[in-house]
Amino acid sequence: MRVLVVGSGPIVIGQAAEFDYAGTQACKSLREEGCEVILVNSNPATIMTDPNVSDRLYIEPLNVDFLERIIAKERPDALLPTLGGQTGLNLATELSDQGILEKYQVRVLGTPLSAIKKAEDRESFRELMKQIKEPVPESWIIRSEKDLEDVLDVVPYPCIVRPAYTLGGTGGGVAKTKSDLWEIGRKGLRLSMRSQIMVERSLLGWKEIEYEVMRDSKGTCITVCNMENFDPMGVHTGDSIVIAPSQTLSDLEYHMLRTASLKIIQSLGIEGGCNVQLAFNPESFDYYIIEVNPRVSRSSALASKATGYPIARVAAKIAIGKTLDEIENQVTGTTKACFEPALDYCVVKIPRWPFDKFVTGDRTLFTQMKATGEVMAIDRSFEAAFMKAIRGLEVRQKDLRHPKFQAMTDEDLEAAIIQPTDDRLWAIVDGLRRGWSDAKVNKLCKVDRWFLRKLQVLVNVEQSMINVCQQDNDAETTDIADVIKRAFLVGFPSPTIRSLMVTSTSSAEYAALVEQHIEEQKVLPVFKMVDTCAGEFESQTPYYYGTFESEGDKPLLASSAPTE
Amino acid sequence: MKRYLLLSDGTILTGESLGAKGASVGEVVFNTGMTGYQEILTDPSYSGQLVMLTYPLIGNYGINEDDEESDRIQVAGLIVKEACEIPSNWRATKSIHQYLDENGIIAIQGIDTRALTKSIRSAGVTMGVICDDIEEGQSRLSASAKYDDIDFVEVVTTQSSYKWGPAGKEPMSEPDDPQRLKLAVLDCGLKFNILRRFWRSGCRPIVFPSTATAEEILSWNPDGVLLSPGPGDPQRLDHVTKTVQGIVGKKPIFGICLGNQMLCQAVGGKTFKLKFGHRGGNHPVKDLSTGKVTITSQNHGYAVDPESLPPDLARVTQINVNDGTVEGIELIGCYAKSIQYHPEAAPGPWDSRPYFQEFTDQMRLFKR
Repeated sequence: MRVLVVGSGPIVIGQAAEFDYAGTQACKSLREEGCEVILVNSNPATIMTDPNVSDRLYIEPLNVDFLERIIAKERPDALLPTLGGQTGLNLATELSDQGILEKYQVRVLGTPLSAIKKAEDRESFRELMKQIKEPVPESWIIRSEKDLEDVLDVVPYPCIVRPAYTLGGTGGGVAKTKSDLWEIGRKGLRLSMRSQIMVERSLLGWKEIEYEVMRDSKGTCITVCNMENFDPMGVHTGDSIVIAPSQTLSDLEYHMLRTASLKIIQSLGIEGGCNVQLAFNPESFDYYIIEVNPRVSRSSALASKATGYPIARVAAKIAIGKTLDEIENQVTGTTKACFEPALDYCVVKIPRWPFDKFVTGDRTLFTQMKATGEVMAIDRSFEAAFMKAIRGLEVRQKDLRHPKFQAMTDEDLEAAIIQPTDDRLWAIVDGLRRGWSDAKVNKLCKVDRWFLRKLQVLVNVEQSMINVCQQDNDAETTDIADVIKRAFLVGFPSPTIRSLMVTSTSSAEYAALVEQHIEEQKVLPVFKMVDTCAGEFESQTPYYYGTFESEGDKPLLASSAPTE
Repeated sequence: MKRYLLLSDGTILTGESLGAKGASVGEVVFNTGMTGYQEILTDPSYSGQLVMLTYPLIGNYGINEDDEESDRIQVAGLIVKEACEIPSNWRATKSIHQYLDENGIIAIQGIDTRALTKSIRSAGVTMGVICDDIEEGQSRLSASAKYDDIDFVEVVTTQSSYKWGPAGKEPMSEPDDPQRLKLAVLDCGLKFNILRRFWRSGCRPIVFPSTATAEEILSWNPDGVLLSPGPGDPQRLDHVTKTVQGIVGKKPIFGICLGNQMLCQAVGGKTFKLKFGHRGGNHPVKDLSTGKVTITSQNHGYAVDPESLPPDLARVTQINVNDGTVEGIELIGCYAKSIQYHPEAAPGPWDSRPYFQEFTDQMRLFKR
C-alpha cells in the first residue's frame, strides 16, 4: 500500500515539534508494516524529512494545489491525515471536499473525516454529547435584550459572556450577578456585529483533567494515560503545569471520567488516538466535557513520553486496519499494545514561554495558548519531579526562589497569585514561604491543596537548610547530613543547597562540612526504567529516569555517576 | 520510626512506620493500580496478604465513608513508597494514617517498591512480615503457616445470612420485592460493589455464608446464584465445590474470580498457582467468541488449568492477552458462566459492568 502522509509545516504556537515526533513515528510504523510512505512537508527542520524516514519525500507548500499534483504523480492508495496536527487535518478535509480524493481514488486512513468534523464542529458535537448523555457546559444564545432578560434568572452564576463575531472577544467577560450579566450582556449585544452573544456556565476554578484514549476499528478502547492540570480551568492546558497520572482523583472519580472518555470515542468512531478534556468540580461528582481532539495532539506526545506508550506508532498501525491486540508493545517486547500503562512514578510537565525574548509581551495566561515549548520530568515523588522540571526549563530560576516575588508587598503578591502568568508558580511558593496557609493560597489561585502542600514540603526543606546554616557552629554533623540528604531526595540541586546553607557569615569548617556532605550525597541516584507496566513484566526499552532510591534498573558503570 | 519488611528468603528492607505497631505476617503481593487503595484494603480477597502498591504516592485523596468494599480492613499489611499525611478530596474524612491506626493495621512506607516488585516478578510471591523488631519478626515469620495452607474463606465469609437493600445490609426478615429477582450469593469473600451493582440491575441479593449447602440455598428458591470472589487456594474448598455441584443445572449461575475457579472445580477441573498473580486495573482480556478485548480489574493468585476441563462439560470463553491464562469459562448444556476478573471494578475500569445486567436478564428468562 502506498500511503501519503502530510506533515505539519512550520512550527507555530500550539503546533510545534510534537507533530514532527508523531509524524516520524507514524512513517516508521507504516514502513514496518510494509507500506510505501510518501511524505509531504514544507519544514526542512524536521526529523520526518530525513531521507531514511519516508520512501518518497516532497518538500512543498502544504496546500491543495501542490498536494493534488503530488497525488496525481504518485497515485497513493491512501492518505493518513490525523498525525500532522490541524494542518494535515484541514488539508485532508479540503481535498475531500473538492473531490480530489475521490477523483484519484485515495481513501482516508484512520478516523473517518465525518467523525473529525463531528468532533470539531461545536454544534454537532454538543448534539452528539446530548445523545450519549455526556454533559457539556450549558450555554444560551442571546439575540436581543428581551432574550437577555429571560435568561437572567435561569443561568448559573458566575457565567461567561461571549459576544459572537467580535475581534479578539471584545465585549465579553465574567458575570457574577444578575446585574453584571445585564450590563455585560447589553454591551456585548451592541458590540457584536450580528447582535448575538453566548452566555455559558463558568467553570473557573474547576479541576481540568485530560484522558488520552485509543480505539481500533473493532471498537476496542483503552486509556493510555490521564493527566491532571495544576492550574485549574481558565488556563489553556498547553499553558498549564500538568501532572500524570492524576493525583487527587479517587478510584471512583478516575473511572467515572475514564468511562465518559471511552464512551465519547466509541460514539465518534475514532480509529486511532484522541484526547478528551474534562472539567471536574472539586466539591462534587459533577463534570463537563470541554473539548475533544480527534487526532494525535500535543498532549499525545506528552502522554507517550510520560508512559512509554508510543501513541503515534500505534495510531498509524490502527489506521491501516490492525487491532490493538495484534500490535506488539515494543516497550516490554512481551505484551501487546492492548493494555493500559501503569505508572510507578510521577510526571510533571511545565510549559516554556518565550517572554525572555519578548520582554514587553503580555505575560498573563488565559484560554489562548502562549507557550512555545515544554519540559517534562519524571521521579518517584511529586516534589523531586517538580524540582527537576524547573531546572529543565532553562530559565534564570533553578529552584523555588524568585527575587521579583520575594520583594513584593503582601498585597501585590496576592494579586500575583490570583492572576495566572508564566511565573506564577514562584509567586505561589513565596506565599507559602510567608507562612500563608495552603487554604488561603488555594482561595487565591484555586490550585488543589494537594499540590500546594507538596510545595509546602519543599519550602519546609528550604527552611531547614537555612535553619542549620543559622546554627552554623552549633550544628551537629548528623543534622547537616540529614538536611542535605533530605534536600537531595526532594530534588534540590547542589548549587541551591550550597547557596542556602553556606552564607558569607558561615565558618570555614562548616562550609567544608556542607561541601563534603554534598559530594557524598550527589553520587547516589540510580536510574529506573519507564516500562509501561510498573515493573510487572520484564522490559526491553532503554528509557530511564534518575532518582534517589535503593536500586536502579540500569547497571551503572562506576564512572557514570551524574555530575552537575 | 524505623520499621522492617522481612522476606522468607532472608531479605531485610528498612522503611518507616505507618499505621499500628507490632508485627504482621502475610504473603507479599503487588498491585499495579494507580488508584483504589481504600477498595483494595477492604477487599476480602486480600486476606492474609501484605499488599504492596506499585504506584508510589498513596493516600492522596484520603479515606471516605463510601468506598468500603466490606465491613473492615482485610489485608494483613500494606507496603508503600510514600503515604500522604493530609489528603485532598471533597469526600475524604480521614487520612490513610488515621485509617490504618484506628483499625490496628500495620503498614510500612519508604520502601523501594519498584525494586521489590521486580524481585517478586522473578522469584514469585513470597511470605513476609512487617515488624518493628527484627527478631520478633523473624520468629513470627518462621512460626506462621504458609499462605496456601490457611483457609481464609472461613475467616472472611459472613457469619449469618443477610439481605441487601438500597442502604446496605438488611435482616433476613425483611420482605422480598416481587419486582426484583432473587439472587442467592454464596459469600466466600464478597465485595459490596457486587451487591450494589446487582441491586442496580434489578436484583434482590440474599447473601449466604460459605458453609451454606445447596439445599439451604435452593430452599429460598432463588432466580439465580452468584459465586463470589474470595481469598486463598481454591483446592482447599471442597465443601464449596460440593455446594456448587448441587446447584449446577438447577439455577443459572454466575461466578466471579474465586467463583470462576469453583465452577471449574465443580465439573472436575483443576486450578494452579500463578507465579505472582494478576493484581491491577489494566489487564486485557480477549473474548474468544467475539475477538473483542476488554481492559479488566483483576486480583487473583490462582488460575484455571484449561487442560483439566472436561471438554464435554465446560469450555474456555476468555483468555488473558498478556499470558494466555484462562479468564472465563462456561458449562455446556446449562446456564453457568464465570469470569476470573472483577466486573464490579472498585477499584478499576468499569468496562465489564454489562455482566450484571446480562446475568439479571438471564435470570429473568430462566424464571419464565
